[in-house]
Amino acid sequence: MTVLDRFYKKDRSALSRIISFIENREDGYLELLSRIYNISSNSYKIGITGPPGSGKSTLVDKIAIRYLEKGFSVGIIAVDPTSPFTGGALLGDRIRMQDLASRGEVFIRSMATRGSGGGLSEATREVAIALESYGFDIILIETVGVGQVELDVAGLCDSTVVALVPESGDSVQTLKAGLMEIANIFVVNKADREGSGRLVSELRLMLESRGQKQKEGWILPVIKTEAINGVGIDTLTDKIIDHRKHVENLYTQSGYREKRVKSELITILDRKIRARVLKELLEDNSVDSYVKQIVNGESDPYSITEKLMRKITI
Amino acid sequence: MEQKFRILLAKPGLDGHDRGIKVIAAALRDAGFEVIYTGLRQTPEQIVEAAIQEDVDAVGMSILSGAHMTLFPAVMKLLKEKGAEDILLFGGGIISEQDAKKLQEAGCGRIFGPGAPTQTVIEYLKDTLPGRRKRESIL
Amino acid sequence: MSDKFDTKVETKGDSKEIARAFAEAKRKWQEDSENSKLKLNRKFTTVSMEEVNPLYTPEDTGGIEEVGPEYLKKLGFPGQYPYTRGVRPNMYRGRIWTMRQFSGFATPKETNRRYHYLLKAGQTGLSVAFDLPTLMGYDSDSPRSAGEVGVCGVAVDTLKDMEIIFDGIGLEKISTSMTINAPSSILLAMYCVVAEKQGVPLHKLTGTLQNDILKEYIAQKEWIYPPEPSLRLIADIMEFCTNNIPKYNTISISGYHIREAGATAAQELAFTLADGFCYVETGINAGLDVDDFAPRLSFFFNSHLDFFEEIAKYRAARRIWARRMKEKYGAKKELSLLMRFHTQTAGCSLTAKQPENNIIRTAYQALAGVLGGTQSLHTNSMDETLALPSEKAVTIALRTQQIISEETGVVNTIDPLAGSYYVEALTDRLEKQAEDYFDEIDRRGGVLKCIEEGFFQKEIADSAYHYQLEIDKGERIIVGVNGYVHEDEKLEIPILEIDESVARDQIAALNKVKEERDNDKVQRSLGELKKVIKTNDNHIPALLECVRCYATEEEIVNVMKSVFGEYVEPPII
Ligand SMILES: Nc1nc2c(ncn2[C@@H]2O[C@H](COP(=O)(O)OP(=O)(O)OP(=O)(O)O)[C@@H](O)[C@H]2O)c(=O)[nH]1
Ligand SMILES: [Mg+2]
Repeated sequence: MTVLDRFYKKDRSALSRIISFIENREDGYLELLSRIYNISSNSYKIGITGPPGSGKSTLVDKIAIRYLEKGFSVGIIAVDPTSPFTGGALLGDRIRMQDLASRGEVFIRSMATRGSGGGLSEATREVAIALESYGFDIILIETVGVGQVELDVAGLCDSTVVALVPESGDSVQTLKAGLMEIANIFVVNKADREGSGRLVSELRLMLESRGQKQKEGWILPVIKTEAINGVGIDTLTDKIIDHRKHVENLYTQSGYREKRVKSELITILDRKIRARVLKELLEDNSVDSYVKQIVNGESDPYSITEKLMRKITI
Repeated sequence: MEQKFRILLAKPGLDGHDRGIKVIAAALRDAGFEVIYTGLRQTPEQIVEAAIQEDVDAVGMSILSGAHMTLFPAVMKLLKEKGAEDILLFGGGIISEQDAKKLQEAGCGRIFGPGAPTQTVIEYLKDTLPGRRKRESIL
Repeated sequence: MSDKFDTKVETKGDSKEIARAFAEAKRKWQEDSENSKLKLNRKFTTVSMEEVNPLYTPEDTGGIEEVGPEYLKKLGFPGQYPYTRGVRPNMYRGRIWTMRQFSGFATPKETNRRYHYLLKAGQTGLSVAFDLPTLMGYDSDSPRSAGEVGVCGVAVDTLKDMEIIFDGIGLEKISTSMTINAPSSILLAMYCVVAEKQGVPLHKLTGTLQNDILKEYIAQKEWIYPPEPSLRLIADIMEFCTNNIPKYNTISISGYHIREAGATAAQELAFTLADGFCYVETGINAGLDVDDFAPRLSFFFNSHLDFFEEIAKYRAARRIWARRMKEKYGAKKELSLLMRFHTQTAGCSLTAKQPENNIIRTAYQALAGVLGGTQSLHTNSMDETLALPSEKAVTIALRTQQIISEETGVVNTIDPLAGSYYVEALTDRLEKQAEDYFDEIDRRGGVLKCIEEGFFQKEIADSAYHYQLEIDKGERIIVGVNGYVHEDEKLEIPILEIDESVARDQIAALNKVKEERDNDKVQRSLGELKKVIKTNDNHIPALLECVRCYATEEEIVNVMKSVFGEYVEPPII
C-alpha cells in the first residue's frame, strides 16, 4: 500500500507524510498534487493574519473549537518564520492549540517559511490542497507575525481575518498598505485592553474615508474580541459564516471562479517558472563570474540581464 | 535543497524547569533545525500525536522531576503503536547513568545529562538522523 | 545617587555637619545593639586570638570626611535605613542565620516520623516540600500524577494527609514553612483546620507560605490559573492572615527560581523586587494598610558563583526595598522597610561531572550569602544534579554552614566588605541595573503585562542561552565540565531510589478517605466555594469548609479552574 492509498483511507500519518513530501519538494510532488487536486472540494479556507503577538494562534484555537462544536472537521496550518541567517526555525504556535491537538477531528501542522516572504511558505498553498483533499471541512491558516500584515494569505484563502491589537501601532494610518484590500473581516483583539474602542472607531473611520467600507457588496465588519477569554468569538465565527455565504454567492456569478483560478494558476506558474529559469540561467555558478565582471567594471547588471533574457526561448 | 530536519521538543511530566529545553531549542534553531516546541506538561499521548502530525524526525524530551522511567517508556510504546517507531526519541534531564542505560537498551536514543554541551546534541542529531526515517513510496 | 533618595538624616552640609550626623547615627546603632535581646554567647576573636569589633566604618580608616555625606545616604549603620549593611544592629553577633535545609519525604506517615525526629534533635522549624502533583493541584490518583507521587516531596490530597503529617506535633510550638504556590490557599486552609482540630487558636500559628505565584509565571512555571485570579487569591490570603494569623509570613518573594532558570544577578534582583512591589500594590489595592501586611513579606534569593557580585546583590536588594517601600509606598513601620531573606546556594551551578567539586562551589556560595547578611540559608548537596540527595551529602552540606559559622570568623564583624571599592561599586551598579529594569517594566505596562508578553521569560531564556554558549565555546571554564576534565570518570556517589509502593499506598489512602467522607456535604461545600469565588468576597472561609469535609485538593482546584480558567504559557524561547 502506498502512502497515498493510506491517505485516501484517512490515515493521519499518511497525510502527515504527504505534507512533508510536498513541503520538501521531493521528486514527484507535482504529480502527487495533480492527483489530489480537487476543484470542487468543499473545504473552506480561512486565513488569520496580523502583527506579532496579536493573538492569531489564540483566535485560531477558539475559532476551531466553534467549528468543531458545529460538527465540522478542522485542519490548521500555522506558519512561523525561518531565520534567514541559520535556516532554522522555532515553531511555537502549537502551544496555544494544545487542547485542540489531542482531538481526533483536528489536525495541526506547523510550517517554517523556508525563505519565502509574504507571511506564508511557498508550500503553504499546496499543503492546503492536501488538507482539502483529505477532506477537512474547514482549513485555518495562521500567517507569520512579522511586519504588520502579510498579504499572500488573501490569494489563498476564501475569508481573510486581519487581527489587530490596541497597541499594534500609534494609529491606523501607519498600517501597511494593502491591508484594506486583503481583509474581509477586521478583528480588534485584546479588547480587554485600553484603547480597543479607539482602534475600532479609527478603523471604521478610515474605511469610511477611503471608500472601502464595502467591496463587492460585502460590508467590512470590525469585531472586538478577547480571544483568551473566548469573548466575541461567536460573533466572529458568525461573521465568517456570513462571509462564506457571500463568497459562495459570488461563485455563482459568471467569471468569479475563473478569476480566482486564473490568479491561482498564474501564481503557481510564476513561482515554478521563475525557479526553473533562474536555476537554468545561473547553473554552474555562473552568477559568481557575472558578479566579478560587474565588480571589475567590465559589465553591469543590466547588460547581463539583457544577455541572459535573450537566452530564454520557449 | 538541503534536507531540513524537524525536531519536536516537549516537556512531559509536571515539573516546569524548562531552562535546559529552551537552551536546546535555541541551539537547534541556530544550527538550522526546524524546532517545534510544544510547551510544558504534555502527556505522552499529546506528544506522540504532535510528533505524527508534524512528521518530525526526532522527539526530544526533558524531564527533571524523576518521572523519566514512566514517561520515556510511555512515549516509546505509543510511537510503536502508531507505527512511528522510526522517529528518534532522545532526551535529557536529571537521569542517572543506570537509568539512561536501561532506557537506551529499550530502544531510546541518547539521554544527555545535565550540562551536556549543545554542540554534542547537535552533532548527535546530525549524525543519527540522515536516512533514519523509513522511506515509503508515496504514489 | 539622585535626590529623590535623600534620607531623613540631613547630610548635605559641611564636614562638621556630616560628622555630627555620623556620630548621631552611630550612637543610635550602639544603643540599639546594646538593647538587643539577641546576644550570642561566644568570643568574637580571630584565630590568632585578636579582638574584633562588631562594626568597622570609615572612622576606622581615613575618617568620615574621606567619604563625605554619601556614607550615611548609601550605607548607614546596620539596622538603620537604608539597611545596606544589614537588617539588625548586631547581625550574627546576636543570632546566627537559621540553617534551614528543605526536604520532603514521600508519604505523610514518613514525613511525620522524620519531623518528630528533627524536633527531638532540637529543631524548631519545619520546612515542608510537597510533591509535584500537590504543587500542580492534581490528586495522587490523577493520570497526570503518574510517576511523580511522593518523588520530590510529600503527597497531600486531603486534610487527612495534613493531619498525619502533623500528628503529635503541637502547631503552636513550631514554625512551619510550606513551599507551595499555585494552590497555596488550599494548603494554608488545611494547616488551619489541623490547628483547629488540635485546639490551637489561629493567631498562635507561625510560619511561612511561599505563595509567590509571579515567579512561577516568570521562571518555575508551576502555575494553575492565569495571573489575575491568582493575585486575587493572594490578596485573600494576605487579608485573611492579617486579620487572623498575624504572625504568619504570607509570601516569600523568590528570586531563587528566576536565577535557576538562567537569569543574571541583575535580572534576579530586578525581577524579584518588581514582583515584590507588585504584591505590595495588590495588598494596597485590596484595601489593606501597607504597614499591616508588608512586615510579613520576606524574600528568598539564590547564591550563585560570582562571589562579590552575589554579596553586592543582597546589599543592593536591601537598599532598594527600603527606599521604595518608604518613598513610593509610604510605609512607616521599620519592619515594612526591612528586607529579610532566605538564601539557597545555586543548584544550577552544580555539575554532574566530578560531583565532589560541588561541595567547594556550595561553600563559596554559602559564604557569599553570609557576607551578604542572609537570615537563613540552605546549602545544596553535591549529588543534587544526579538524583535526590543522599544522607551523607546532606550532612556535608549542613557541615559547610557550621564551618562558616564556627571556624571562619566571618560572623565576628558586620558587613565586613563594606567600603571595598569593588563591592560598593558593584552594589551601586546592580541597583542602577535594577532601576533600569523597573523603568522598562513600567514602560511595558507593569509586571502582569510583562509576564503575558513573555518579557521576563525572554530575557531569562536569552541569558541562559548566552551563558551556555560561553561554556560551549570554552570562553567560560567550568571545572570538570569543559576544563580539567577527568576522562572515563566513574561515578562513586550512592544514589537514592524511590520506592514504587509510595504511589500505591497514597492512592489507597485517598480512596479510603473518599469512601468515608460525606459526599453530599463535599459537593455542597464545593458549590458554595464556586459561588464565593465568582464574587469578590474572600474565598478562605468557604475553602476552610471544603477542607473540613475532606474535599480533595484536585476537586477544589477544579472548581477554581472552572471559574478562573487555566494559564497557557506564551511560546517564548
Ligand atoms: N489581554 C489579552 N491577551 C490576549 C488576548 N488574546 C491573546 N492574548 C495573549 O497575547 C499573547 C500572544 O497570543 P498568540 O495567540 O500567541 O499571538 P500570535 O499572534 O499567534 O503570536 P505570533 O504567532 O507569535 O505572532 C499571549 O500571551 C496571549 O495569551 C486577549 O484577548 N486579551
Ligand atoms: Mg501564533
